[in-house]
Amino acid sequence: MAATGERVLEVRDLVKHFPLTQGIVFKRQIGQIKAVDGVSFDLHRGETLGVVGESGCGKSTLAKVLMALERPTSGSVKINGVDMAAAKGGALKRMRRNVQMVMQDPYTSLNPRMTVGDIIGEPYEIHPDVAPRGDRRRKVQELLEVVGLNPDHINRYPHQFSGGQRQRIGIARGLALQPEIIICDEPVSALDVSIQAQVINLLERLQNEFNLAYIFIAHDLSVVRHISDRVAVMYLGKLVELGKDTEIYDKPAHPYTQALLSAVPVPDPEGREQRERIILQGDPPSPANPPSGCRFRTRCWKAQEICAKEEPLLEIRAGTAHESACHFAESQDIVHA
Amino acid sequence: MKSAKTTATDVLPAEGGLGNDALLEVDDLHVEFVTRAGLVKAVNGVSYSLRPGESLAVLGESGSGKSVTAQAIMGILDMPPARIPQGSIKFRGTDLLKLSEDARAQIRGQRIAMIFQDALSALNPVFSVGWQISEMFRVHRGMSKRDAMKKAVELMERVRIPAARQRVNDYPHQFSGGMRQRIMIAMSIALDPEVLIADEPTTALDVTVQAQIMELLAELQRESNMGLILITHDLGVVADVADKIAVMYAGRIVENAPVRDIYKNPGHPYTKGLLESIPRVDQKGQELYAIKGLPPNLLDMPSGCAFHPRCPYRQDNCVTDVPPLNEINLDRNSACHYWREVLDGSHG
Repeated sequence: MAATGERVLEVRDLVKHFPLTQGIVFKRQIGQIKAVDGVSFDLHRGETLGVVGESGCGKSTLAKVLMALERPTSGSVKINGVDMAAAKGGALKRMRRNVQMVMQDPYTSLNPRMTVGDIIGEPYEIHPDVAPRGDRRRKVQELLEVVGLNPDHINRYPHQFSGGQRQRIGIARGLALQPEIIICDEPVSALDVSIQAQVINLLERLQNEFNLAYIFIAHDLSVVRHISDRVAVMYLGKLVELGKDTEIYDKPAHPYTQALLSAVPVPDPEGREQRERIILQGDPPSPANPPSGCRFRTRCWKAQEICAKEEPLLEIRAGTAHESACHFAESQDIVHA
Repeated sequence: MKSAKTTATDVLPAEGGLGNDALLEVDDLHVEFVTRAGLVKAVNGVSYSLRPGESLAVLGESGSGKSVTAQAIMGILDMPPARIPQGSIKFRGTDLLKLSEDARAQIRGQRIAMIFQDALSALNPVFSVGWQISEMFRVHRGMSKRDAMKKAVELMERVRIPAARQRVNDYPHQFSGGMRQRIMIAMSIALDPEVLIADEPTTALDVTVQAQIMELLAELQRESNMGLILITHDLGVVADVADKIAVMYAGRIVENAPVRDIYKNPGHPYTKGLLESIPRVDQKGQELYAIKGLPPNLLDMPSGCAFHPRCPYRQDNCVTDVPPLNEINLDRNSACHYWREVLDGSHG
């Protein structure tokens, strides 16, 4: 699963602001929610990039912009070298085929009035040139088989399946157009523990089989570690740390990453009395009015004057091998301590 | 509300008034729901006990009956459709199921309190949080509005809500998820309960906030020596806070044990499967072990051991005989015919 493939996705200085308005008849803009505020990264063929962060940090907005469901305020999203943010009409439609999504909640993301065959086959209605009409049913059955469902169940409705099976239907729909990139937005967080493992294994198998690139958004850091080759940590619309999974998990350099990792409960009661926890105080600030300089400084124990004045850039810093956005970045093993 | 001036102590012996060291004892509890599709047996003979100051984690997936058991203890099941055909819930020696509704209302909230998963839907959106916390004192203690509000501010400070005095008149939607959960905790500990049931208290929260809330619960427990029942599906949280664990599957306890034993050496194939199927933040594994198949349909339970269709240790008698809760040692049980093999780690 190493990141050896060529670059399929290139995101540069991506910004998405939502306007905050006041007034009913005469709407005035009184501010903006800076949901994604200058994010850059690459994604290679066959690679998984995990994106972690607290709720409200902009993970899902990032996914929507990458799916071209939202237009970016500025910045570029290049798929195989072509800028999607600038594409329109037919060209945009063709690009969208290459990026598909698996949603979080398998209970609300499948239309209850459509059969499984119609749900998985719907992408072919939108992109009819992918599969000729007569061929579609067979293709859908193949997809059902690929995700480990019984192809004979093609005429069943979503309510006849369990949560894990529904998530498999969502994955099959994502695969229908043979995309190169699949964005998984919390794909297992609504599932039971014993079912989570099945779906994670399925995603890994499909990646190997079809050489897919995943963007795996989740708040469960253990799941992200398991599946990711590289990990991006987001805080208030910005990436604060980006590196290989071993770098992020074994040598986190940004205080936020360290706090995040330290908060994860380890499923092993041995030595729990000795375990040191970094407990962050308070909640993340509002993305409508982020702190000056470093956005994490209001909750950071390392914060100094410079943090309020100067925004730390995401770059490789002294003593670390991967990019982090902290003036006082320092590698520290948290999870094994 | 009519003046219910009988206090909880009239109904039950006061704290420590009984020689029995168990605070709460659930014995062979059965709960079933009458539905149009048929009889759903949600809880099939659950037994556990809790001592003061102890933390019991009840672990299980959705539909395992862990929350229904808790609701039966609280007495907040809707009956009908629910009914309790069998079993007892003894709180300081008195069977709660035999008490009148008035008597139970005296215990509920005062001596056994509960925190729910989703604080936003558990709080009333049209009343201020101060009003909702102070309601506990007005209803149960007959305090005046002003005194009760003062107590509400104190409680908000105790659960560390910043600027409690300014925020006491705010409404639930003005708080973040973590703060709302703190308000729920403030309400539940208002009357110094002896048992606190926390039903997935941190599932809807971010990890950083989860750590704050779990720390707060542990601290409150230390201060007041409450018994804590933590209902969760998160094996990580359990490992962090629990003294002992009861693992539930299909309405039964399949294993109960002290927390260290179960993680070191699980005694039931289901527990073992769960522990092997979770990815870990401190190590990168290969392919995850996945328990095959699906949890059973409660309307159509498998014969014999409910776990047998998914079990790698299955033998013929698992299909026909329901395994009893075998005693592994004094404080450890496993409802598996082949618990010895499971403990040995040899695959059946």
